[in-house]
Amino acid sequence: MLEIRDLCLTANDEAGRTDILKHICLTVDDNKFVVITGPNGGGKTTLCKAIMGLAQPTAGQILWNGADITNLSITDRAKLGVCYGFQQPPRFKGMRVADLLAIAAGRKLSHDEACAYLTQVGLCARDYLSRDVDASLSGGEVKRIEIATLLAKDAPLMLFDEPEAGIDLWSFARLTETFRELHDRRTHTIIIISHQERIIRLADEILLVANGELAARGSVDELYPRILADTVTGCNMLEVNGSC
Amino acid sequence: MLNEIQKQILQQVADMTDIPAGAVNIRSDGQKEFRRNTENIEIVSKTDKDGIDILIKPHTKHENVHIPVVLTKSGFHDMVYNDFFVGEGAEVRIVAGCGIHNCGSCDSEHDGIHTFHIGKNAKVTYIEKHYGEGSGGGKRILNPQTVVYLEEGASITMETSQLAGVDDTKRYTKIVAEGENAEILITEKLLTHDDQHAVSEMDVILNGSGSKTRVISRSVAKDSSTQLFYPRVQGNCDCFGHVSCDAIIMGRAKVRAIPEISCNHVDASLIHEAAIGRIAGEQLLKLETLGLTPEQAEEKILEGFLR
Repeated sequence: MLEIRDLCLTANDEAGRTDILKHICLTVDDNKFVVITGPNGGGKTTLCKAIMGLAQPTAGQILWNGADITNLSITDRAKLGVCYGFQQPPRFKGMRVADLLAIAAGRKLSHDEACAYLTQVGLCARDYLSRDVDASLSGGEVKRIEIATLLAKDAPLMLFDEPEAGIDLWSFARLTETFRELHDRRTHTIIIISHQERIIRLADEILLVANGELAARGSVDELYPRILADTVTGCNMLEVNGSC
Repeated sequence: MLNEIQKQILQQVADMTDIPAGAVNIRSDGQKEFRRNTENIEIVSKTDKDGIDILIKPHTKHENVHIPVVLTKSGFHDMVYNDFFVGEGAEVRIVAGCGIHNCGSCDSEHDGIHTFHIGKNAKVTYIEKHYGEGSGGGKRILNPQTVVYLEEGASITMETSQLAGVDDTKRYTKIVAEGENAEILITEKLLTHDDQHAVSEMDVILNGSGSKTRVISRSVAKDSSTQLFYPRVQGNCDCFGHVSCDAIIMGRAKVRAIPEISCNHVDASLIHEAAIGRIAGEQLLKLETLGLTPEQAEEKILEGFLR
């Protein structure tokens, strides 16, 4: 079980203090599929990064299977079974797709094993295994390889940050199936940041994170219509001669 | 008979665990240690200076030539001239590494000057690894020069690497595409550490219409080591050239890269890129999320970069 207790994260920059996460309390039971959604800049990515250890909270606690992981290193969290798919994965000159999958799996993979992971994200092993994960790959390709590394890592807690971003419609359909199959096995706790209805529809529960707070949580049927009805955000006033 | 040190060095510089198939010439401490010719490849000692001529008959296909050099005597300075004559239409792979084992206090140095004359439509893959080891205070110095002339349709794929133990190196490479449609692919990999110093200068001259080159340099400079790259590509006809220098710096190392391209013809198309910087933090973080420690992540990134 993932338990988040009163989590706060405040950033200090030139603009002063900004509260990015404000007293977030949350539990996610084992093998649940949860989608986090909400407006840009609301704190979704920071929340997931805090769970992985990529962002350090200023207060509060994160517990995974009863162990307090708040101050553990990224590596130690990964070893305890936490894994995070980057929204914008880095590229590596000289590192092949096969190498990255092997690092994720913690062992050398057979061609068939590596092929199985790539197929689940709609990539053909023959075309990709020996390619470098560098600038020669498109954003969508790198993103799908990123998801394949999480599948190879097979961590009990998987965090995906907008896995659909930059992915074409055809590959997205395949990816949705992969998430569905993963959830059907009921062996992993899956938390996905997403704005896509097809992914939201797979979830056991939706969390609405906005303005650094957990604004609402509920089932898809209950919460999704409410979110859709209230999606006008930001400024919609036209400025003319300096006044709105 | 090769001793254990010689065998270990040969494995490092030429992946040799035994005498390989094909033509072979092993030079150790300035002496011919072993030589084997084949029906198509003849190795002849020079009479006017130290070195060998490697004569490859036209249309020789898929044969290997191994000409490694080993230095084990501290204070030994070796200077050798090797000339390759590759006949028309031949396709060969040449492995020419040099390893220095220096346990003494005097500097050991090997200066190899390799000149290739590559005939029409011949294809040469040239692999050169440099390696140094030994606990003595004497430096391990390697100063290779490679000069290549390509006739019409000829190609050279040159892969050089120096990944450990060489204190000082000054490399110079000159490749001239004389004939039409000649192709030059150069991949240079370099790792320096401690107080090592490396310089690599290169002139690639494209004179033949339709000739092409791609120069890729990947290097890692650790500790207090310094590196200088100066690849120059000259396009004197309708030709294509691309130069990219990528370096990772760590510790207090310094790297200077000066890629130079000169177009002397309106249809010459030359591009250069150079990037130097530390390992991107995001790369380390990504590998840490997969369970590697920061040290393991760094090792994997460098391993891939210099692969």
